[in-house]
Amino acid sequence: MLEDGTIFEGTGFGYPTEIAGEVVFNTGMVGYTETLTDPSYRGQILCMTYPLIGNYGVPSFDIKDEYGLPKYFESDKIQVKALLIHDLSDVASHWTCTKTLDQWLYEEKIPGVYGIDTRELTKKLRVHGVMMGVVSVSDKGPVDNARLKKLVAGAKYEGLNFMPEVSTSEVREYGDKDKDCVVLLDTGTKYSIIRNIMRTGYRAVRMPWDASYDQIMSYKPKGVVVSNGPGDPKVCTSTIKTASKLIKTSTPTLGICLGNQILALAGGADTYKLKFGHRGQNKPCVDLRDNQAYVTSQNHGYGIDPKSLEGTGFKVWFSNADDDTVEGIEHSTKPVIAVQFHPEASPGPYDCMFVFDRFKQIIDSGRITDGVKEAAKKKSKGGRKRVAKR
Amino acid sequence: MYPVPINTDYVEKVIQEEKPDSIMLGFGGQTALNCGVALHERGILQKYGIRVLGTQINGIEITEDRQLFKDAMAKSNVPVLQSHAVNSIEEAKKAANEIGYPVIIRVAYTLGGRGGGVAYNELDLEEIVQRGLNLSMVHQVLIEKYVGHWKQIEYEVMRDYSGNSIIVCNMENVLSMRVHTGDNIVIAPSQTLNNFEYHMLRSAAIRAVSHCGIVGECNIQFALDPTSEQYTAIEINARLSRSSALASKATGYPLAYMAAKIALGYTLPELLNKITKVTTACFEPSLDYVVLKMPRWDFSKFELVKRKLGSAMKSVGEVMAIGRNFEEVLQKAIRMSSIGKDGLVANGNSHQETDIERIEQALLQPNDEIIFAVVQAMKAGMSIERIYQLSAIDPWFLTKIKNIVEMEEQLIKAGNFDPEVVRKAKKIGFSDRQIARCFNSDEMQVRSLREKAGIRPVVKQIDTLAAEWPAKTNYLYLTYGGIADDVVVKDVKNKSRMIVLGAGPYRIGSSVEFDWGTVNMVWGLKENGVKEISVINCNPETVSTDYDICDRLYFEELTLERVLDICDKEHPTGIVTCVGGQTANNLTPKLAKNGIKIIGTSSEDVDRAEDRAKFGQLLDQVGIKQPAWSKFTSLAEAKGFAESVGYPVLVRPSYVLSGAAMKVVWGDQQLERFLTDATNVSPDHPVVISKFLQDAAEVEVDAVADGKDVVIGAIIEHIDNAGIHSGDAMMCIPPWRLDRNTIDTITDYTVRIGRSLNVKGPFNIQYLVKDDQVSVIEANVRASRSMPFVSKFAGLNLINLAAKAMLGRPLPASAKDLWLKAPGFGVKVPQFSFMQLEGSDIVLGVEMQSTGEVACFGSSFYDALSKAYMAAGYSLPLSGSALITIGGQKNKEKLLPLISMITSMNYKILATEHTAEFMENNKVKDVQLVHKISEPNRKPNIADLLYERKIDFIINIPATSTIEKYVGMLYDEYQIRRKAVEMGVPVLTTAESASSFIKTLQWLRSNTPKLGPLGNYVKLD
Repeated sequence: MLEDGTIFEGTGFGYPTEIAGEVVFNTGMVGYTETLTDPSYRGQILCMTYPLIGNYGVPSFDIKDEYGLPKYFESDKIQVKALLIHDLSDVASHWTCTKTLDQWLYEEKIPGVYGIDTRELTKKLRVHGVMMGVVSVSDKGPVDNARLKKLVAGAKYEGLNFMPEVSTSEVREYGDKDKDCVVLLDTGTKYSIIRNIMRTGYRAVRMPWDASYDQIMSYKPKGVVVSNGPGDPKVCTSTIKTASKLIKTSTPTLGICLGNQILALAGGADTYKLKFGHRGQNKPCVDLRDNQAYVTSQNHGYGIDPKSLEGTGFKVWFSNADDDTVEGIEHSTKPVIAVQFHPEASPGPYDCMFVFDRFKQIIDSGRITDGVKEAAKKKSKGGRKRVAKR
Repeated sequence: MYPVPINTDYVEKVIQEEKPDSIMLGFGGQTALNCGVALHERGILQKYGIRVLGTQINGIEITEDRQLFKDAMAKSNVPVLQSHAVNSIEEAKKAANEIGYPVIIRVAYTLGGRGGGVAYNELDLEEIVQRGLNLSMVHQVLIEKYVGHWKQIEYEVMRDYSGNSIIVCNMENVLSMRVHTGDNIVIAPSQTLNNFEYHMLRSAAIRAVSHCGIVGECNIQFALDPTSEQYTAIEINARLSRSSALASKATGYPLAYMAAKIALGYTLPELLNKITKVTTACFEPSLDYVVLKMPRWDFSKFELVKRKLGSAMKSVGEVMAIGRNFEEVLQKAIRMSSIGKDGLVANGNSHQETDIERIEQALLQPNDEIIFAVVQAMKAGMSIERIYQLSAIDPWFLTKIKNIVEMEEQLIKAGNFDPEVVRKAKKIGFSDRQIARCFNSDEMQVRSLREKAGIRPVVKQIDTLAAEWPAKTNYLYLTYGGIADDVVVKDVKNKSRMIVLGAGPYRIGSSVEFDWGTVNMVWGLKENGVKEISVINCNPETVSTDYDICDRLYFEELTLERVLDICDKEHPTGIVTCVGGQTANNLTPKLAKNGIKIIGTSSEDVDRAEDRAKFGQLLDQVGIKQPAWSKFTSLAEAKGFAESVGYPVLVRPSYVLSGAAMKVVWGDQQLERFLTDATNVSPDHPVVISKFLQDAAEVEVDAVADGKDVVIGAIIEHIDNAGIHSGDAMMCIPPWRLDRNTIDTITDYTVRIGRSLNVKGPFNIQYLVKDDQVSVIEANVRASRSMPFVSKFAGLNLINLAAKAMLGRPLPASAKDLWLKAPGFGVKVPQFSFMQLEGSDIVLGVEMQSTGEVACFGSSFYDALSKAYMAAGYSLPLSGSALITIGGQKNKEKLLPLISMITSMNYKILATEHTAEFMENNKVKDVQLVHKISEPNRKPNIADLLYERKIDFIINIPATSTIEKYVGMLYDEYQIRRKAVEMGVPVLTTAESASSFIKTLQWLRSNTPKLGPLGNYVKLD
């Protein structure tokens, strides 16, 4: 049931329970194991627009990648509050599959509903904007709509601080002890950010979201990454404070998603809530340095107000080709860059891995560098102005 | 528009004429691509300073040359299968031994996997490599490791000059790597890939495509191990392909349009999404539905053909189904294929195979019925694991198929209409007919019960962005997987709103001509004031399924159930069924019965033309002759009829197109067999037997009537005598052998029949002319196959004219006799696919076999004919050797003048024993005796000569009475024809076609074909 009273009926799966949350939709066509474990979905009920889910089952957490992290997951558990899909594959087929999606949800006590008209739900969210909703999976006959109504009315998403739930409680280190380190401020990080820190040759030191500047510096990091995460960036006050210190001290810093918003706020800019967010794997972003366009993976409900960037030292680095929203910022003098999308992919396309490589260049040179890939520069014909009307 | 052969000679002439500064090569399939490379190699592009737009020649060469491709993939860090490019059989053997059998042989520079194949041993290898080397433009084949059980995954990539790259669509082939993608059941997006695999291949696609310098659109194929992350790139098609057309329709992303813009220099981010009209074209479509492509084969038209599917494509068309789950799209696609099935199961009179070994063979060696073999296996109790092992179809697909099989059981168990079971059945694609069969009920009864229970499909929109942005276009499908319509059409009275039915899949006898008809009908109706027009069609290869042709496009089944569903949503003022070929035409009476108004000729009048008995009466009434005929009632009567008129007789069912199950019968035994076949093909309609006239000329007329007046589009004469199906016959406008009287008679008959049938719209009549007597074969009250050809020749769009007539407007007087005023000649020549259809015999008959056609225009008959031959791929050798084998004394005598003509033109004549003897007896000099393929030890042998390319064309005319066809002695002739086809040597199998071929060669000795653009259509008031 949505907060406007609309009811979508389907068949329950996973764990029978009742739970409220913010209802959002994601348009990605693959990657439910990565998506469901993305901590940015904390507090949200997720509707997948792609109708067939669960086809390849759920692999084992024991399959590790070259960095020793679970290869097909972005955290250790399902982060969404509930899952809404059109068609559930009750039998899964894949060589990595160890259980079905239904089993996994049951084990993690997450309710799911299939058989609902997900397209109709998505259209509703598109028109009205995201809404609060409640999911009720019951094995005990009819559901009391009045009770659900009360539940949904009492539910809250905006303004909540999810950090204690998603951030690490202690410092964790990943990778070779001998290597230089990059500190990852964990505001709900995905494993793939850790993977990419390690891919670029560093040891990752994952620290709680409220770690202080001095605590960070005690590891003598070459750079700092502020991770993705759930909720309104403005509630992460201590992270914002730390971030502004990082900027002031010219510490090489990369922000991703929530981290992007936090850096903008730290620099004095403002953020706002989008009507229904960007969640999918097909979002076009233009790198304003050379006008190259990239298809990116996204999952965010808040954005940076471009007008508020004026005077902060930040300028727009990436812009969304569909709606011109800010998809990335770079500082004009400090070694600080950030992106709203997910360069670490997983789920989604790997086209923007170069963001991490640019960050490494910045660390290496100690200052903000243009870093436009030479090849791209050569190829680019430039010249023509964009004719697309927005 | 120049209607000329696509080869370097003609393209160069056009370049000289038009002086273009650039050329696009990626839009005309492999033909255009090959031609472009040849133009470059001959220095023609350089000579005239012509720039290639889009992917450059260098990029095309990388993707076409196997070795260059392998190197390029290595450089872009994309794995490829171990393979060797070879130029001889010896090299091939060495390579195969090194790689280990089985190996797959792929041919460089070829179309549709032509000539390739899988070799399990050296014997196979020799045969396939020999054929492949001969077919390859560069005499090269590739020997490669065979990975039949791997997943076959494709990506459609767009890339601009600046290097921006996107994946428009990925697709998974249900029948794995085992079957050519053109013959595969393809689903979009991929279903069994996880995120890592999907994006691993996606990244590889972009790396590979960037390295090859693709600009515009291309397709890349991968093989993915089903048990690890190992993968390899198979090939890149640096052009718009069948897969691109499918990807366009599957996603709503107009690939060809965007590719053209990109070739002109636009970048992806500056182009707009044509569906939302606000977002950028630089994005990857997100689907909230699934799409399934099902190929359409026509093996039943070919005797002796091998139906096995493999690395060479054999299908002639395809359909695409859209829905919200796999079961739904699979069953929809089966119905759309128009193969007489109502879905995957519950088809009635289906025989359950119990022989497990046979089922295993069917799974192991897939043919066109593979999907039904899976059902048989399940019903026989075979496990999914076992079926997977044998068929290499992923268990995910098999499980879904099992859901359908189990639902059939549930329905049968329910016994009568149980709303909950029916609701579930509808969600997984069951049609009312299937459900009715399970309940021993009928379709309309199920429909009415279903509607009472509120079980109705909903209309959903294809918007490229999974509902994230509103779509401005109406590209629609129906599904039971939803609760609300995306688009609601209000029932407004007094507003003209029409539905035009398309033709469904391309198949033999129903091809692009009906798509042309559908599109022109939509435009014609619009021009004449119809406010809103919807199209229903399910063929992804067509223009009529472009969402911007009409107001609302329903990419849907052309079944009674679905058309009525759409009528319920649309509330149309009427429906047009006359431009969709036989599929749409057959729905006419049923739709009329359900209260839908038919626009154009009434259902009763259509029936008067289709029903032989009624049509016979009508002809009698107006005093027009027809060959003696009789309706089939019993075998004894049929035999009696055949004896009274004398064999041969023609057997045919009603309401069929392209002569399905039509046969010329020469004796009692055959009669019995074919009558059974014919009653099976068309159980609802009577079978008719008629006297078959030998040595008669066949003539047809395309015309339009408005209920009063008749406008003749043109009178067309077949170059072959009657007996060759009109779709396979070469034909000419204007008639070049008929006298004025005959033409007048035919004109008069056409007008009289058109009036008697109260035709309002297009129609076509076929005539026989023998000894100056004109008789009618049949009348088709609908658009015909030849109407685009006639329209182009006469400069008069017949369908546009028909639209006018169908809306009740009078036909303009200016349209009359335009064809008589058009200068010159038009010749249409069929295109066959015998090469791809392994084993098929090329001798033509009353059942249609051609898969395409060309038409060329000229100032004289031979000017037009010579170009048409070239366009259809005939080589026209001006010197060399001719092999002549003629069956039967009568034929030999008939061809004697032609043989002396061939000798006078200095061709060397080769002949087999009897023909040689006959020639020598008739004083034909210098005949070289050659021996049959079945006697390989007798030299010189035809097989050797063919391989050595020492035969330039073949005249092989089987004995007229085909009574002994395919038995004993004639097998030799079949072998000659088959080998010749495989070697690309022209074979003429009728006296008429041989004669026109030789006369064309003679004409070419002293003439050069002329070049001229096609004139524009005449604008009528």
